[in-house]
This record gives sequence, C-alpha cells and structure tokens, in this order.
Amino acid sequence: MGFEGIGASVRRKEDGRFLAGRGNYVDDINRPGQLYAFIRRSDRPHARIGGIDTGRAASAPGVVAVFTGRDIEADGLGGLPCGWQIHNKDGSPMAEPPHPVIAVGKVRHVGDPVAVVIAETRQQAKDAAELLVIDYQDLPGIASVRDAVSPAAARVHDDVVGNVCYDWHIGDKAAVDAAFERAARVVRLDLTNNRLIPNAMEPRSAVGECDPSSGDYTLWTTSQNPHVIRLLMGAFVLHVPESKLRVVAPDVGGGFGSKIYHYAEEAIVTWAAGKLKRPVKWTAERFESFMSDAHGRDHESVAEMAITEQGTFLALRVSTLCNMGAYLSTFAPCVPTYLYATLLAGVYKTPAIYAEVKAVFTNTVPVDAYRGAGRPEATYLLERLVDVIAYDTGIDKVELRRRNFIPSDAFPYQTPVALQYDSGDYEATLRTALQAADWDSFEERRREAASRGKLRGIGISTYLEACGIAPSKVVGSLGARAGLYEVASIRVHPTGSVSVLTGAHSHGQGHETTFAQLVSEQLGVPISQVEVVHGDTAKIPFGMGTYGSRSLPVGGSAMVKAMDKIIAKGKKIAAHLMEAAVEDIEFKEGKFTVTGTDKSKALAEISLAAYVPHNYPIEELEPGLDETAFYDPKNFTFPGGCHICEVEIEADAGMARVVRFTAVDDIGRVINPMIVEGQVQGGVCQGVGQALMEHAVYDAQGQLLTGSYMDYTMPRAEDVPDIKVGSETTLCTHNPLGSKGCGEVGAIGSPPAVMNAVVDALKQYNVRHLDMPATPEKIWTIMRDGQPAMAAE
Amino acid sequence: MPQVTLTVNGKSHSVEVEGRTLLVELLREKLALTGTHVGCDTSQCGACVVHVDGRSIKSCTMLAMQANGAAVTTIEGLAQADGTLHPMQEMFREHHALQCGFCTPGMVMSAIDLVNMHPDGLTEHEIREGLEGNLCRCTGYHNIVKAIAAAWPLMHNKQAPAAAA
Repeated sequence: MGFEGIGASVRRKEDGRFLAGRGNYVDDINRPGQLYAFIRRSDRPHARIGGIDTGRAASAPGVVAVFTGRDIEADGLGGLPCGWQIHNKDGSPMAEPPHPVIAVGKVRHVGDPVAVVIAETRQQAKDAAELLVIDYQDLPGIASVRDAVSPAAARVHDDVVGNVCYDWHIGDKAAVDAAFERAARVVRLDLTNNRLIPNAMEPRSAVGECDPSSGDYTLWTTSQNPHVIRLLMGAFVLHVPESKLRVVAPDVGGGFGSKIYHYAEEAIVTWAAGKLKRPVKWTAERFESFMSDAHGRDHESVAEMAITEQGTFLALRVSTLCNMGAYLSTFAPCVPTYLYATLLAGVYKTPAIYAEVKAVFTNTVPVDAYRGAGRPEATYLLERLVDVIAYDTGIDKVELRRRNFIPSDAFPYQTPVALQYDSGDYEATLRTALQAADWDSFEERRREAASRGKLRGIGISTYLEACGIAPSKVVGSLGARAGLYEVASIRVHPTGSVSVLTGAHSHGQGHETTFAQLVSEQLGVPISQVEVVHGDTAKIPFGMGTYGSRSLPVGGSAMVKAMDKIIAKGKKIAAHLMEAAVEDIEFKEGKFTVTGTDKSKALAEISLAAYVPHNYPIEELEPGLDETAFYDPKNFTFPGGCHICEVEIEADAGMARVVRFTAVDDIGRVINPMIVEGQVQGGVCQGVGQALMEHAVYDAQGQLLTGSYMDYTMPRAEDVPDIKVGSETTLCTHNPLGSKGCGEVGAIGSPPAVMNAVVDALKQYNVRHLDMPATPEKIWTIMRDGQPAMAAE
Repeated sequence: MPQVTLTVNGKSHSVEVEGRTLLVELLREKLALTGTHVGCDTSQCGACVVHVDGRSIKSCTMLAMQANGAAVTTIEGLAQADGTLHPMQEMFREHHALQCGFCTPGMVMSAIDLVNMHPDGLTEHEIREGLEGNLCRCTGYHNIVKAIAAAWPLMHNKQAPAAAA
C-alpha cells in the first residue's frame, strides 16, 4: 500500500458506490407497505385560513388520510423548536412565536404547509391534494426587512410588536463614538447581502416507519445531524423518548446548512406512520425546496469606518437589519449575531467595533445558516468597505489592507468583538496569493482585454472566519440550547480491523476516506481496514453532526482522543504480553515495541488478546479494545486567507464572467489535499453564484418570484473558470490536529473578491459600489447611464 | 394500463405504466434502478440523464411509453460484469469529480455522450458548454471538467489532443 496517512491525496472510498449508481439516498429507500405523502402548501404569503374542505380529497382514489394542522394540534404535538435564544439590548429574551408543524389558523409564507394527503402512490397523493378546497382570507404581506420595520407594517405574528424578533448589539459603543468624533475621516457604505436558496442537488426527503409490535419509530431523513433531529423531534414535537426513536441519515446529497434543521415533514411522516400503521414517504419536488428549505443571508447594512489620514482603521460601526422569515428555523437567531457580528474585526486590528443587529419577521421562508452562515455576510461587508475606503482615499487597496492587518506576532489576538484568534499569518497568505495570481502584471491583461472589447477588473479579499463551533460553555452562555462537542468511538476488532463511529455526518465531504486516513496515520492500519460509521442514531453515540466546518477540527479531535485511549490501553496489554514495564512500551506505525529491544506486538495481536483474554491482565484491565471520547473544543478555529478574482465584462451586454480565480487559504493541518481543494473549489463556485447570479426574489407582498431553476440562476460549468487553490499554513493551537476546517472558506472569501473585481472593471464609470448579484442588467444599466470618467487610463 | 417493453442495461422488461408515467419513474420505481436521480421538476438539473438508444436524454422529460422498444442504459449498466468501471467512472474517481454523488450519475451519462459525440477532440470550452444541462452544487465543476478531458483519450483509444491536455 502507498502512503495513505495524513497529507495523502487518497482517492475516496465512497466513490465506488456513488459511481456505480449504488448510493443509498433517502428517496431510494422503500419500505414494505409504504404510503406517500404530498403536502399542500400555501400559495399565499399571508392569509387567514377560513376553512379547509378535505371531503373530495379524502375520497379520491388511493387516498388513505388527509391531515391538517388541527389534527396535529388535536394529537398534542408540539411546534418546531428553535435551538438558540438571543437576548435584546435590554436583556429581555427574543420574540419566539410558535412554529406549527402544519399551519393552524393562518399561513405566513408561500410554502407554509396547510395539509398533507397520504395515499397509496405519489401521484394519487398529489392528485388528491389538488382537490383540497382552502378558504383563504388574504392579509397584507411583507417581504423585505425595511418594510417589516416600517411603522405601518402588518404583523406577521399578532403578538410580535413591530415584527422585531430581537434587537441586539455587541461592542463598546462609547469607545466607537469617541473614535468617530476624533477621526480624520469617516467612510460609509450601505449594502445588501442578497438572499440565497441553498439548493443542495438532492431534494429533502423523509421516510417514517413505526414498528407495529414495539411501537418504535424509525425516520430516514436527509439530515446533516441525525442525533439533533432525534432530540428535537422526539423531545419537543412528538414527545417520544430517544429509546423509541431511531433517526437515520444515510447518503445525503449535499447540505450546505440547509439540512441541519428540523423540518415539519420529518415530524409529519413519523407521526403519520404511527397513526396509519404503515410507512410514509415524502420527497420534495424542487419547487417545494425553493419554498420550504431554509434560505440564507438577506441582510441590509450600514457600515462606517473611522480612519486616520493614513487610512489606519480607528473604529467600525455597523447596523444590520436581517430577515428571519416567517418563523424561527432551528439555529436562525445565532447566524446574524454570534456568527456574524463577532467576525467584524476580520483580519484587521480595528481597535473599537460596535454592531447592532435587528432581526425581523417577514412573510418569507425561514432564513438560517447557509454555507458560511454569518461569516460571508461579515466578510462581504468588511471587504467591500475596505475597497470603498481605498476608492474614497486613493490609498492602494493592497497597501491599505497591509497597514491594518493584525501582525503575525500578535497572536493570540483578542478582538473587540469577543473572539480571540489563536493563529494566522495574513501577510503570508496575501503575499502568496498576489504572486500566484500575477497581481503585478494585471494592467497588461486589462489592456489586452480592452483590445477584445472587454472590461477587465481585479478584486481581492483578505478574510477570516470562525469554524469548529465551539466550546459548549461559551455557546451556552450566548444562548445555544445545545452542547457543541463531538463524539467518536474507535472500535478495534479482534483481528485488528477498525470501526470509527462518529457523530459527524458526511454529505459530500468524504469523511469515509479522510477519517480512515486519520486512523491509519495514528494506528498504522491500512485504510481498507478502517470502516467509518455515521448517520444512524442506532449505531453512533450522541454527536452533534456536521456544519460550520467542524467535522475535522472537532470530530477528528474526538477521534484522536479516543485513539489515545486505545493506545494507552494497548500499551498495558502489550506490557503484560511482553513482560515489560508500561513506561517502556512505545507505539509506532501499528506496533507496540519494548523500547530498546526488537520485541514487538502488532495492534492485531493486542486486539486479539483483548477479546480473547486468556493471557491478559484481567485483574487490572477490562477486556476489549473499544474506546469512546467526547471532545469539547477550547475555542473556535480561525481559517483565513486571500482570494483574488479577475472578471471580464462584455462591453455591449454587461455580462460579467469570472476568468481567473486564485484562493490561498490557511486551514491548518490538511489530511487529504485533494478533498480540501475540492471543498475550496465548490465553495468558490457558490460564492461566484452569490456575487453574479443567485438571488431569491420576493415581490413586495411576499410572493416568491424565483421558485424554480428557470428563475433562480445557479452557476453552471460555463460560469466558472479553473480555480487555482494554494495554501499557507499556521496550525490551530488548541486542538490536537492543528486543523481549522475548510468547508466554508470558499463561499466566505470569494463574494467580495468577485464584487471588488466587478467594481474595478467598471472603474471608468466611477462606480463606488454595486449590490450583489451583479447581473448583466445592473451592469448594462451602469454602462448606459454612467458617464465614463475621462478615457480609461 | 398500457404496457411498455424496453431493454434496460441489456435486460428486457415489460412493464405496466400509466400514460403519464415518466421514464425516470419507470426506472426508479418499477425497476428499482435508483442510481438515476431526480433533482428538479423543470428539466434543468440533469441528475436523471440516461442513454436511450445510445444518446443522452433527461429521463424526467420523456414518457415511459415513448421508450417503448428502446434500449436504455443507466448508470448501473456502465461497469463491466466483473465490476471494472467505465473509463468515465474511473476518471471521475481519479480526479475527485464528485462529492455528494447525487448529480454524478447524470453527469457521467452526459459526459460519456459528450465524449462519444466528439471523436476528433474535445476542448475545455466544449466540455463546459457540453455540461450546460447538468447542475452540480458541490464541486465547482473544476474536477468534472478535468475528469472528462482525461476520459476522452481512454474512450477513443488515443493520446489526449493538445487542446484537452
């Protein structure tokens, strides 16, 4: 076998089944006697439900049952819970209105479930759902955050005054105000972070089953965290103890955050399976994904930086309005607060920062974490603001960044917004990226493009993010209603093969390979003999799942801890077998050796002795070689880096195209560089999508206008160039692997790099700022209306 | 109900369908060939691409009855009986052209048709243009393009043309 430990680009173990068409996604699962659910959803943004006539639907061919919110209510089910509580500036808790599984009395967004029809076939359920007669009395709807806070706005929830979920702040307001008073200059930028729809390629799906003899439930669901779903659905919605509920998230076709949350359909199929004594399957059609998967972003912000004459940042003041949608999704409240405002220092030593965030309800789909979650919003705001400062002051944009970087010898670095960065070298990632992107020769490329009738621009972003969420005690004090550790069991079997049971969940990340490499490195077992088990609450211990780039820094650290226990126990067994002192046993490359001798025992010999304990220190040691460890992180991790983008704009049509992209990231220790590059490339592609194409658009009343791939533009192969990926590494100082996480860096660093490039390409039109997405229409309008500043130099 | 007779991955089937049954529903629900996926409802994503009489089609856009008498190949029918992968599958694996795997069957089927249709060479630009009907949310397409370029010479038994290298 070739080298397959830490640092090897091992080809993925999971690919064989995916490439052969033998993946096991939820919609591929069919249970004997299975029924099909179809959900009739509101097509109104906001309406009172006068009544629902289910008669014709209930008697349609194949229909077994029709349920409405009243049936759910009558059975005593709870609403969908929110997992994070934010407190207002005055210390009072946020508004937390009920989130019924199926709407009762009122619908509050297009896509809100109104009734579920369950039938023998998918088509019969769908046909019958058309026969439901729903008496809607329309109410005024609101979609935008600005409309939501206007004094005349209708209320989304009757008892939420002003539609405000919370009004929160962080930082030292007095210090910021004082710095603004004495600043040589203040630069202000108003900007929007466009609302996105995550669009994992696999639509959400759920199959519920209830064992008729035991009454135990099983739910197969497209989830990034099956244990979290079991806890939330069991404890808060169905009132079923963990011991009676198994949740399985098998192969899952992409998540990007959207499959973290506990969704209504999971509860509906599980509950209905119990009621009807038959398995029930629901799979979203894509139009349902658009109107029921949690959306992302949707901020309106005002950002102001106080600076000196030389462009040194003195203080940052930010005010953000963010959209929660109609109900609170599972982790929604923490995204625009602790995952956003705490990141506003970025890579800069801005001494004072104050941010206030007002979260509001609107008649739109709930908004929650989407790849990057809060950090892309913070990075976009900051990196656009820095470019605008450069524009306003005439200071070179690279030089301006350098003047304000946190220097590499300043770590650990305490920011004014709570976080303490452990490591980083922003000058190093910048230098490497400038070189890799041929920054200095850009003007030649600009001229060459001009000769082809294209406007070429270059943009940079130097970013930082926080991953590996996070110490449980800290997040608990910030309002999390969950712990955020991770768990791993390392089970060395009698003949020396290994099972890794992890609470992390793979939905594209390649954990079956990366984690096997980690085990191979530590225990000296070939990866072919390492099995990674995830996604089934009946098999794995209680772990928190995968999001926030936490699988390796948190989940991998739990594995290291469990393997340390395996090695410690193995040493005791080896000492017994080789009649040596435990202190004299060393473990290396799969062998326990008596130091200074040629006496050694392979791991498989030790494990066999552990399970067949004939010659074994049975008085002191339990048999078996199976250890579990929970790892609670000491801090967030702080990946960062520099992204450089070049775009070309068709001078006559306004179409912007990314023609070069360079990403140099510091993500700490890398296990599989091939997988990391893939994560960065995919993340950058989503960032390019946000910058140039993607936008979830509502009309003023809350009707979703981008409800399919015909209206919501997704990046396709032609829309992105080859993405050059590089790295500069500083290790995370507080986890045993030194890893920081790589899943989100691409989506966080790239949007401002793309937009800075677009603005640069349009410099002859004196453009200071342009909101995402930079569609051809917006750019064309600028070129039509704008006055070219003197001929381009 | 009408009857459809067709060959799928070399095996003959006669199946009762509704007039409105889509080819993808026949494959997934009647024949349990769940490798072919459904990712959208507007024929935009390409997760359902299969070959019908040798050409790639979106099986969500064809009625099962239209496939009467046709020879259909799905992702399950690409590898040899001994499990040896098709060169396109092998290059997807080699170049890390898949992450979550959901778009992969459709991507691979589209890619094979694309390579077949370009016996004289295939540029990166042609590959990107040729993938117009397939969405991937994970990879950023970068490695998919590489995998297809690498499969071209293997499928045509040639050295890679300079343009694709």
